[in-house]
Amino acid sequence: MRHIISVLMENEPGALSRVVGLFSQRNFNIESLTVAPTEDATLSRLTVTTIGNDRVVEQITKQLNKLIDVVKVVDLSEGEHIEREVMMIKLKASGQMRAEIKRTCDIFRGQIIDVTPTTYTVQLVGASDKLDAFINALGSASIMEVVRSGVCGIARGEKVLSL
Amino acid sequence: MVVRALKDEGVKYIYGYPGGSLLHVYDALFQQEDVQHVLVRHEQAATHMADAYARATGKAGVALVTSGPGATNAITGIATAFTDSIPMVVITGQVMSHLIGEDAFQETDMLGISRPVVKHNFSVQRPEDIPTIVRKAFHIAESGRPGPVVIDIPKDMTTPTERYPYEYPKQVKMRSYTPITRGHSGQIKKATDLLLNAKRPVIYTGGGVILGGASDELTELSRLLNFPVTNTLMGLGGFPGTDRQFIGMLGMHGSYEANMAMHHADLILAVGARFDDRVTNATDKFCPTAKIIHIDIDPASISKTVQADIPIVGPAKVVLEEMIQLVKGSKKQPDADALSAWWQQIDEWRQRHGGRYRTDDSELMKPQQVIEMLSKVTNGDAFVTSDVGQHQMFAAQYYKFNKPNRWINSGGLGTMGFGLPAAMGVKMNFPDADVACVTGEGSIQMNIQELSTCKQYDLPVKILCLNNQSLGMVRQWQDMNYESRHSQSYMKSLPDFIKLVEAYGHVGMKVDKYADLEGAMREAFALKDRLVFMDIAVDPFEHVYPMQVPRGSMRDMWLSKTERT
Repeated sequence: MRHIISVLMENEPGALSRVVGLFSQRNFNIESLTVAPTEDATLSRLTVTTIGNDRVVEQITKQLNKLIDVVKVVDLSEGEHIEREVMMIKLKASGQMRAEIKRTCDIFRGQIIDVTPTTYTVQLVGASDKLDAFINALGSASIMEVVRSGVCGIARGEKVLSL
Repeated sequence: MVVRALKDEGVKYIYGYPGGSLLHVYDALFQQEDVQHVLVRHEQAATHMADAYARATGKAGVALVTSGPGATNAITGIATAFTDSIPMVVITGQVMSHLIGEDAFQETDMLGISRPVVKHNFSVQRPEDIPTIVRKAFHIAESGRPGPVVIDIPKDMTTPTERYPYEYPKQVKMRSYTPITRGHSGQIKKATDLLLNAKRPVIYTGGGVILGGASDELTELSRLLNFPVTNTLMGLGGFPGTDRQFIGMLGMHGSYEANMAMHHADLILAVGARFDDRVTNATDKFCPTAKIIHIDIDPASISKTVQADIPIVGPAKVVLEEMIQLVKGSKKQPDADALSAWWQQIDEWRQRHGGRYRTDDSELMKPQQVIEMLSKVTNGDAFVTSDVGQHQMFAAQYYKFNKPNRWINSGGLGTMGFGLPAAMGVKMNFPDADVACVTGEGSIQMNIQELSTCKQYDLPVKILCLNNQSLGMVRQWQDMNYESRHSQSYMKSLPDFIKLVEAYGHVGMKVDKYADLEGAMREAFALKDRLVFMDIAVDPFEHVYPMQVPRGSMRDMWLSKTERT
C-alpha cells in the first residue's frame, strides 16, 4: 500500500542525506520526496511517499524516529489527509492540437503558464493520480518534458505536525 | 578546545594515530598530562581499543584519527561498534574548511562514509561549538541504545592562535533526541501476568542486559521465577554461566538444550535481544507455540524480524526491576508443577547432548579442551576477547562467564582482527586483571602489527592462538555445503609465530600436546608483566556443533558430523 510519511526535522546540513541514506540502506523504497524549511527556519518538513506493507512502514517510521535530526514522524495515510503535487508539462502545440490541448487543460483545471508559437507549458496542481490522469488524457505524442514536485501532504481537521 | 573538552568529559585514555589535519590537536595533547594518548599501529586498532574499553566499562571509548586514510581505516572499527551498540566517540581530522569538496590531499567525505554505521555524526563549523558538540557526542553515544558518534573537525577549527570563549556544558538538551527512561507500566503488568501463568517459559537475553547494566535484575527475576535462561552471543555473562538455571547460548551454534527449550516454549521473555538471523534460524518456523514478550530500549528492534505479543520499550534495568516488584507483590505464584516438568525435560535434553565433544577420534588437541582449560586456569574470571570464527564459538560455548562485561567479541559485524586490540584496550584500563585474547592463526594476522603497541605501552595480555592451519569456520561450511572443496580457506607459509612475537619483544610458547597445555597456560598467566603468545596446535578437522540446519527451526541441528536432530 502507498503511504505518505511526513517528517519534521532539524534544518541542518546533512539531515536530508541521513533520511535518504536510511531508505537505501534498509532497502525501503521512495516513490517521491519533497523537502523545504517550515515557518520556523530551524525546522524542515519532508514528505516521502513509499510503498510497503504495514510491517515495512512501521519499520520505516521507527527507523526515521531514531535519526537524531528527526523531531517527529507521522504516517499521514493513517488518517484523513490532503495531498497535492505540482506538475509542469511542456507540450508540442501547433495546428489543431493547440485547441485540443487547451480544452483538456481546462477540463483538468490546468493553467497555461508559458506559450510559444509551437509549445504550451501547462501547470497542474492536484493529487498524484489526477496528474497521472492528465498525462494519460494527453497521449504521449505531444509531451516534450514533464517535471513534478513530488507529493506534499497535510492532515485534515485540527491535527498538526509541529513541535 | 578539543583536548580540554575531553578532559572535562573525564576521558583518561584516547587511542589514535596522528596526521596532517590533526597536528594542532596533537600539539595540544603534548602540552598536558590529563588525557593520555595511546599510539596504535593502524587506525582500526584504535577504534577496537576504544570499543573494548566501552564494552568492559559501559562508558564511551574515544579514538582520534586523521583525515582521509586515517578516517577510512577507522570505519571497520566504527561499524563493529555500531552493530553491537557500543558507545564510542571517534574524532576525525578533516582538511581545512575552504578545501572541502576540492579533492584536497587526504580528504574524504567522512560524514558521508560513516553515516550508515554511526548513531550520529557531527561536523564542526565554528570552533566555539566544539565543547557543546563534544558533550552532545558523549550524551548520544552513551544514552538510549548506545552507539558510535563521529566528530569531523576541519583543521582550521583547531588553529591554536585563535582564541574563543570556552565553557563545557554539564548537560545538553536536544528537542529531537529524548531517550526513553522507563517502560509502559500497563504492558509490564500484562507481561508479568503471562510470566506467572507460563508452563514452559524461557528467558532469552542479549547484549542489552550487559549494556544496560541489568545483570543483577535479570538474575534476581530469573531466580524468583525459577525460569531457564539462555543468552545470545552478545549476552553471555548477563546471567551466571555456571548457574543451574543457565541453559547455554542459543542460536546457530547454541546449545542443544537452549535451542530445544526455545522451540518448545510457551512463553519467551526476550530482554535486550534483537531476534537476529543467527539466533532465530528461519523466522517462519521460530518458536511456533510461544507467546513473546520483548523488552528493548529501541522500538525499532521490536517486531522487526519476529512479531512480539507484548512489546515493552524501555531500559532493561528499570523494566526488570518493575517486574521483580510485581512478581514479589503478586498473590499468584509461578506454576511449580508445570515448571518442574519443564525442568525435567530440559535436564533430559541437557543429559542427552549438553556440550559434549569427542576427544577420541584424533591424536590432536581439541580446541574445546583449550577453552575449558582457560576457564579452569582463570577460574572463569578473566576478561576474554576473541576474534571471529570457530575459536570465537568455542570460547562462547566453553568459557563459563559468571560476570557481565567480561566477554568481549565482535558479535554482529564479525570483525576478524578485533581480538588483540580489544584485549589491549581492556588491559590498559584493568592492568591487574587477567586478559586473554582467544584467536586463530587467520584472525590474529589481521592486526598483528599491534604487538608493537603492546611493547610500547607494556600491555601483558595473553594471546591463545588456536592454530588449525585453516580458516576454520569457512572450512567447516565448505565441508558441510561444498563437498569439502576448501577454496582459499587454508594458508600456506604461516609465519613462525614464536619468532615473530620474540622479534616484537614478547614471549612465545608452542603447545602441541594436551598434556603440556595446563602447565604452559599456568606459566603464561604467571608471567604477569609479559605478553605471552601461545601458539596452540589444534585438530584442523574439528567442527563447531551444534549447528542449526539452514532455513530450519530452532530445533533443527547437526549435533556432530554424523548426527542430526
